[in-house]
Amino acid sequence: MSGIVATIIAKYNYWIYICLMMIGLYAMITKRNLIKKIVGMNIFQTAIILFYVSIGAKRGGTIPIIEHAHGGQSHAVEAVHYINPLPHVLMLTAIVVAVATLGVALALAIRIYNRYRTLEEDEILSRIRGS
Amino acid sequence: MSHHFPALLVIAPLLSAFFISGAGWLNRRFCLPLAVASLGVAGLSALSLFWRVVQQGPVLYRLGGWDPPWGIAYAVDFLNAPVLVLICIVALLNLWASHRQVEEQFKEKTGAFYTLYVLMVTGLLGITVTGDAFNLYVLLEIASLSGYGLIAMGEDRAPLATLNYVYMGTIGACFYLLGIGYLYIVTGSLNMADIARILPGLYENKAVLTALIICLVGLWLKMAFFPLHVWLPNAYTFAPVPSAALIAPLMTKVMVYVMIRLMLTVFTPGYVFSTLGINDAVVWFAVIAIVMGAILALGQRDLKKMISYIIVAEVGYMVGGAWLGNRAGMTGAILHIINDALMTLCLFLAVAAITYRMKSYTFSSLKGLIRKMPFTMGAFILGGLSIIGVPPTCGFFSKWYLITGALQAGHYGFMAALLFSSLVNVVLFFRIIEIGFFEPFNEGHGHGEHGPEPMNEAPLSILVPLWIVALGLVVVGVYTSEIITHVLQFAIPKAIL
Amino acid sequence: METVFSIKPLLAVLVSVAAVPFLIWSRNPNTRETWTFAAAFVKFGIVLSMLPAVLSGTQIVCKVAQVMPGMAIAFRVDALGMLFALVSSSLWIVTSAYSIGYMRGLNEHGQTRYFCFFALALSATIGVAFAANLFTLYLFYEMLSFATYPLVTHHQDQEARSSGRKYLLYIVGTSIGLVLPAMITAYALGGTLEFSTKGFLAGTGSPALLTALLFLFVFGFAKAAVMPLHSWLPAAMVAPTPVSALLHAVAVVKVGVFSVVRVITGVFGIDLLQSLHLSPVLTAVASVTILVGSFVALSQDNLKRLLAFSTIAQLSYIVLGLGLLSPKGMTGGILHIAMHAFGKITLFFCAGAIFVATGKKNISEMVGIGRRMPVTMSAFFLGSLSIIGVPPCGGFISKWYLVTGTLEANQMPILFVLLASSLLNAAYFMPVVYRAFFCTPEEALFENRVQEAPLFCVGPPVITAAISIILLFYPQPFFRLAESAVRAITGG
Repeated sequence: MSGIVATIIAKYNYWIYICLMMIGLYAMITKRNLIKKIVGMNIFQTAIILFYVSIGAKRGGTIPIIEHAHGGQSHAVEAVHYINPLPHVLMLTAIVVAVATLGVALALAIRIYNRYRTLEEDEILSRIRGS
Repeated sequence: MSHHFPALLVIAPLLSAFFISGAGWLNRRFCLPLAVASLGVAGLSALSLFWRVVQQGPVLYRLGGWDPPWGIAYAVDFLNAPVLVLICIVALLNLWASHRQVEEQFKEKTGAFYTLYVLMVTGLLGITVTGDAFNLYVLLEIASLSGYGLIAMGEDRAPLATLNYVYMGTIGACFYLLGIGYLYIVTGSLNMADIARILPGLYENKAVLTALIICLVGLWLKMAFFPLHVWLPNAYTFAPVPSAALIAPLMTKVMVYVMIRLMLTVFTPGYVFSTLGINDAVVWFAVIAIVMGAILALGQRDLKKMISYIIVAEVGYMVGGAWLGNRAGMTGAILHIINDALMTLCLFLAVAAITYRMKSYTFSSLKGLIRKMPFTMGAFILGGLSIIGVPPTCGFFSKWYLITGALQAGHYGFMAALLFSSLVNVVLFFRIIEIGFFEPFNEGHGHGEHGPEPMNEAPLSILVPLWIVALGLVVVGVYTSEIITHVLQFAIPKAIL
Repeated sequence: METVFSIKPLLAVLVSVAAVPFLIWSRNPNTRETWTFAAAFVKFGIVLSMLPAVLSGTQIVCKVAQVMPGMAIAFRVDALGMLFALVSSSLWIVTSAYSIGYMRGLNEHGQTRYFCFFALALSATIGVAFAANLFTLYLFYEMLSFATYPLVTHHQDQEARSSGRKYLLYIVGTSIGLVLPAMITAYALGGTLEFSTKGFLAGTGSPALLTALLFLFVFGFAKAAVMPLHSWLPAAMVAPTPVSALLHAVAVVKVGVFSVVRVITGVFGIDLLQSLHLSPVLTAVASVTILVGSFVALSQDNLKRLLAFSTIAQLSYIVLGLGLLSPKGMTGGILHIAMHAFGKITLFFCAGAIFVATGKKNISEMVGIGRRMPVTMSAFFLGSLSIIGVPPCGGFISKWYLVTGTLEANQMPILFVLLASSLLNAAYFMPVVYRAFFCTPEEALFENRVQEAPLFCVGPPVITAAISIILLFYPQPFFRLAESAVRAITGG
């Protein structure tokens, strides 16, 4: 029992992102309001971003910026002291993608609102069927 | 210069997108020539790369000169070279056929439309040519986002359909990203060839299995594999026809290509087929996809919805064929990427012609259409025959390989599903032919002349590309042997029997 | 046996396809009809020009395209194919003449479309005749199915629509659902689809599998109208009579039965079938169709439907002849392809002529018509004699060979089937002829105003009836071709 608890605690980052993903999915699937769905989508994407960032962390590692001594001499760099920068780089791209998707989704929501005067999915559907 | 073609493929359309956007502000008439020029450059690069691959073998290009796995590598081999050519051809033919409709339908938004169009092609070309898993995600999202924009430009139900597509597409892409993340954790690399090199020692690791499954689910969402297809019919139906004619032939097929790329290059067939043991289950899912796609298509009352469900069934063909686990099935699946793209393009261009004249695409507006628009319906029928699988159109040959693969694998359910789908397609297309041919009814038996309906054909700008594609279906069919012996044969690793 | 490479088979197929643009863009109907005749004569000429070579034992081959590794679209002209091609191309000329009379006599609509699809259908027929392998045969078989759909549904009314559906269901449904998997399985088993004199399936699979395969082919080629997949044929009688005459008495149905013959001889081979003891099975299936078809024909009042059921029965004579697996039986079966064609087309032409002249379709309304249309009914009489199989018409020869083939193969029950069906044929034909000619003036349903149908409607049946008679006394070249084909199949 304690072994499982220890595993859960040791890998807490994975559990956090799983929870966030599930929250995001839950919101997307069950909520009827378009904005809430979009928010859920964003939470989902953020969870994945968090996951990636977390895998780059190291115990005792520091920010991955190389400091140059004055006079331009560089020390030998030992990667083990720095946290992995690659996931951060990848996630910069992913954040941009998430923002772009958010923008597109909100623009669509605005158009839908202008057309149907509501943001509730069931009302929209009934208006479509009614009209 | 030709050394840089793999990069030029992606960069030319990407940069021109900015210029088109600018041109859209200044003078709308520059948009189309710019789009054609950039796609033409991409097309020429694709063709030359294809030629080089066939003559000399796979081409590897390092972006910025950085060696993989630190740099991004673009790799053109026998699997993606034909797909690159296919994308460019489809994009250019569609531009030719649709530009008139674009100028009429999107007067103020011409610049926006062409920008998104070119961006989408950028994304698709990049997905196909890249050898880096994360780069693929980036380009996938470029393609998807521009696709959302293109679809949302349609009629009044389009924004809602697009929003639903946004939800599901984003989940799909995020799953793919997650899977890549898992792979990164266990291998430390993002380069596909590199991952393939490192993975064999790790096959027992549950993370690898999870990575594959998550990536697959994500890709299945994006390619509309039943039951994850629900976004597709509405999205393709309410999209404006010029957009649908670009997206429908290409998006799902390129996703199938990515799946096959993962199966063959990254995870290697040995792992996917033998260690994993899920291929039987996947093929059964494909069977359900084919059957449900066929049945749902039967229930539709308008042309675009019907074709959308046919696409869902066709995706089932490709997924099932790839997962059969033998050479014939895989050949059939890859061949079907090419064939299905062409068939779908043919059908959607015919719909474009019909919508141009009839302003509608429901079945009831098709009455007497064979007399009014004989050339359009002729090409439509040719496309239909290809979907049914009548020789010598290309659809027959991919079906041949798929059925052969099913027989070899002993998967009679898949074969039965393929035959069932062919028969349902006969019903689907002849229903339309009946409406076009028989209705409206005259009293009596039609002896003597009814007042002949004047022929009201679509303009040449739609008809010529439409017929190029329709005849291309027959030409590609007859040349299947060439395609297979010179290209596809080498795309499939010898490990698959 | 030498083989010669020549482009003639391809030309023979393509001639009528090439004529289509000219047909579409003709300025007036006479030009259009001229193009049809030109194409028909050229096609017949090309086919005829290959006859001497085939008779001397050479085979003419032509490879068009390699479409898949191991499979090509290719033609091979041998005796069997030549026989079929001669029959269909010669009868196209006659039918074109008849079509002119019929379509103009009834002032039909859509004549250009009619002639175009007719030309395409004939292309496909010659393609099937000359096919060198099962794939090419399948290709042209499918082309024929789709080319004949607009012809069957020509009248574009409700009845045509539902008949068209039935047509498609039976013909395309079976070719995709039964023949395609069978073909792929045969390819997987034998490694090839080329027709060879000994078949290519020997020793490749279990008896159960091969038997199942044979059934898939025999029933899959539904154009052969083997029961229970025969219902499309009576339904297709809604088509204009020239369509019924050429296509459903000669081209379409003969394509079906020809394909079955090719499969039996070129894919399976006589020896394999004999070792699998499939001869009794084949003859049994054929016999059922013959007897049931003849019985149902007895009960029909609509003349064309009667002829349709008669065709169904007659087609199975051919299957029966092949199923006997004896040289004389097979000769009779193959010869019947030709004899039945000429006889049946005469009957259909007459039915159409009657419709053009009087508007009548049912036999009960045709009492006393012999007085008014003596030429037509005489031709009808001669055609029916050929079908029944008595002199002075050519059908006698094929029946004779079928009977002696039965004795040769020692299948006595089949002898009974042949004799019984001949009696049934007489039973449904003779009353029609009798009541047309011999009846009291009160029973006669026609005023003096009824006259013979137009020349173009009466000429063709007279010609084909005359040919039927000539064929009894001089059955060449069909007889030599049939014998040559059987010799090739049995290997000497």
